Amino acid sequence: MPGTVMVVGVARYLGARIASSLSRDPKVERVVGVDVVPPARDVGPPGEDLSAVEFVEADITTSAIHEVITQVGPDVVVHMNILATRSDAGGRAPQKEINVIGTMQLLAACQRSETVRKLVVKSSTAVYGAGPGSPALFSEDMAQGAMTRRGYEKDASEVEAYIRGFSRRRPDVAVTILRLANVLGPIIRTSLSDYFTLPAVPVVFGRDPRFQLVHEDDAVDAIHLATGEDRPGIFNVAGDEFLGLSQALLRAGRMPVALPSLGSPFVRGIMRRAGVADLDAVQVRFLTYGRGVDTTRMRDELRFTPRFSTVETFDSFAAAQCGRALLDRGRLATAERAARCMVRTFRGDGG
Amino acid sequence: MTDGEPGEGHPDTRDVAGMADVASDRFDEAQLSETRSDETGFDEARLDQALSFLARRLSGDFTVDPFGFDEDLTESVLLPALRMLYRHWFRVEVRGMENVPSDGGALIVANHAGTFPLDSLMLQVAVHDEHPAARHLRTLAATLVFQLPVVSDVARKNGSTLACNEDVAELLSRDELVGVWPEGFKGIGKPFAERYQLQRFGRGGFVSAAIRSGAPIVPCSIVGAEETYPMVGNLGFLARLLRLPYAPITPTFPWLGPLGLVPLPSKWMIEFGEPLATDQYEVGAAEDPMVVFELTDNVRDVIQQTLHGLLEKRGSAFPQFSRSE
Repeated sequence: MPGTVMVVGVARYLGARIASSLSRDPKVERVVGVDVVPPARDVGPPGEDLSAVEFVEADITTSAIHEVITQVGPDVVVHMNILATRSDAGGRAPQKEINVIGTMQLLAACQRSETVRKLVVKSSTAVYGAGPGSPALFSEDMAQGAMTRRGYEKDASEVEAYIRGFSRRRPDVAVTILRLANVLGPIIRTSLSDYFTLPAVPVVFGRDPRFQLVHEDDAVDAIHLATGEDRPGIFNVAGDEFLGLSQALLRAGRMPVALPSLGSPFVRGIMRRAGVADLDAVQVRFLTYGRGVDTTRMRDELRFTPRFSTVETFDSFAAAQCGRALLDRGRLATAERAARCMVRTFRGDGG
Repeated sequence: MTDGEPGEGHPDTRDVAGMADVASDRFDEAQLSETRSDETGFDEARLDQALSFLARRLSGDFTVDPFGFDEDLTESVLLPALRMLYRHWFRVEVRGMENVPSDGGALIVANHAGTFPLDSLMLQVAVHDEHPAARHLRTLAATLVFQLPVVSDVARKNGSTLACNEDVAELLSRDELVGVWPEGFKGIGKPFAERYQLQRFGRGGFVSAAIRSGAPIVPCSIVGAEETYPMVGNLGFLARLLRLPYAPITPTFPWLGPLGLVPLPSKWMIEFGEPLATDQYEVGAAEDPMVVFELTDNVRDVIQQTLHGLLEKRGSAFPQFSRSE
C-alpha cells in the first residue's frame, strides 16, 4: 500500500494528472503535490481535478525540499520535475538547474528520510541520444554509450547517474525509472506538439526520422502503475509501432519545409528570432536521426500495456491540435473515387 | 517479443495480405505479358494499383517498422526500379535459391565489390523475385550510409539498418532474412586489379550474431559487381578531404561527368551455397574466438571457391560485346 505519495513537479500538466489520478486511487491515502507555483485548478480532461491533493510550495533546487519531506513523511516520492526543453524552464541555465540540482537536492532529502520506501522517476528516452551510429532499438542497458551529449540528454543521463548513486546508498528504497518516449495527446503541450503545429514545419532535407510516441493517458497510467506496484528497475515506455516524420506530417496535413540543416546556428537563430521554433541541439538530432526503443521489458517486467499505439497517439493529437488539413482523408478518398470514375468513363468511351 | 512490428495485432490479416502480395505479383506479370501481346497499352488493374498507392502515400496510410523499413514503398517503387537493372542491364542469373530458407531468421553472407553497393541491391531483388516465399532481404550497412542525407533515408526505407550487433540480433529474432557484407569498405573499395579476391571478413561479428541467434549462415557468391565500376584509381587526398573511405576513378568517371555514373552492363551470376547450421553450438560459443574464426574462415572459403567456379562458368564479363565480334 503506497500510503502517502508525494508528487514533485505538480504544477506541470503530467505532474498534475498523476497527482489527480493517484488521488482517485482508493489504495492511496494521501497525495501531496510539490512545486514552486500552485497548480492550476483545471487539470485538463473533464472529471479530473486536484481537490483531493494537498499542495506544498517549495523549490526543489534548494534545501527547502528536505523540510517538506521531513514534515510530510511520504512513503513514495514521484519525481516529475525533469524538464525536456529549455523553453519550458525559461532557458538552458534554469533548465539544468532544475534538472540536475533539483534532483540532487531531492535525492539528498530522500536519503535522509526514514519514511520513503519507493522512488519513481520520470526520465526520457533522450538519455540514449540520437545519431547515425545508433542501433535501431535501444534497450535499457544501452544508455552509457560513448556518444557526445549536450543539453537535456546530458541532464537526463546525469540525473540517472545520481539516482544510481542513491540506490547504492539506500538499497532499501525501491527505485523505478521510466524512460518515456515523446509524450503527445489531445491536450498536452510539449516541444514536439509545438513543432507539429507550426504553420510550416521545418524538416531536414533528405532525412525522414522514425519515432515512437506515448499517449498522455498511457504516460499517466504507467507512472501510476509504477507508484502502486513494486516494479523496481529501468523501463522504456513507448507505444506500439513507429511513425516516419514525413508520414506524420501527411497524417496531420502539415506543410514541410526542407532545410539543409536545422542544426546550424544560422537556421536556428532565424527560427528563434522569428518566433517560429526554439529547437535545441537535442531536438535537432532527434529530428535528423530519429530514435527507437525496445519495449520488451515494459511488457514483461513492468507488465504495462499501452492503450494507444504511436499512430493512434499521433492521430489523437492531430485531430485535437492541428485543425483541418488541406489533404485530409475525406478529400483524398473523394479525389481517388473521382479519378477512378474518370478512368472508367474514359475506358467505356474508348471501348 | 516482437512489439512494434506492424500488423502485430492481426497476424492473420498480415499473412493473408502477404499471400495476396505474392499472388498479385504473379498476376501482374501475367497481365503484363497479356497487355504486351494485345497492344492496347491500357491496363486497368495497374492503374487501380497506382491510384490506391498514391492515395496511401498522400494520406500517410502505411507502416514503417522499427528499422524504418517501408514495405509499401519498397514493393511499389524501389523494387520495380531495381528490377529493371536486374533483368535487363545485368541479366542476373541465380543458382541455389533452394538454400535460402523459406521462413525463420537466416544470415546471407556475400562478397562485396564494385565501388557502389549495387551487389546488395541486386541480391535484394534476387531474394524477393526468385524465392518462392518472396522474402525481403534486410541488408546491413556502414555508419557512413546513415550519416548521409537522402542515402540514409532511402536505405532505411529499403530495409537496411546499421551493421551493429544489436540490430542483427533484433532482426534475426524477428525471423528476418539478413544480408551482410563482412568485407565492408575493404571489399567494395578495392582496386580493379584485385577483383574477386576476398578481403578480410571483419572481426567475425556476423558469425557471433548468428551463433547467438542460432540462425543458419547462407554463403553467397556474387559475380559481376566487380565490373560495374572498375576502380582503376583512388584519389586519396580527396577522400580524406571529404571523409569518405575512397574517391574512385573508373574508366568513365569522372571523365564523362554524370554519364560516368552509369554502371557498365556486366553479366551477373549469384550463387547461394548450402546453409551452415549454427544451432549445434553451446551457449557461450559466440564469445569463443576459436569457434568464431573457424566458422568465419569456413564461410569465406566457400564463397571464394564458388566465385572461382562462377567466373569460369560466366566467361567474359561482357558477353554481349564479345558475341558480336
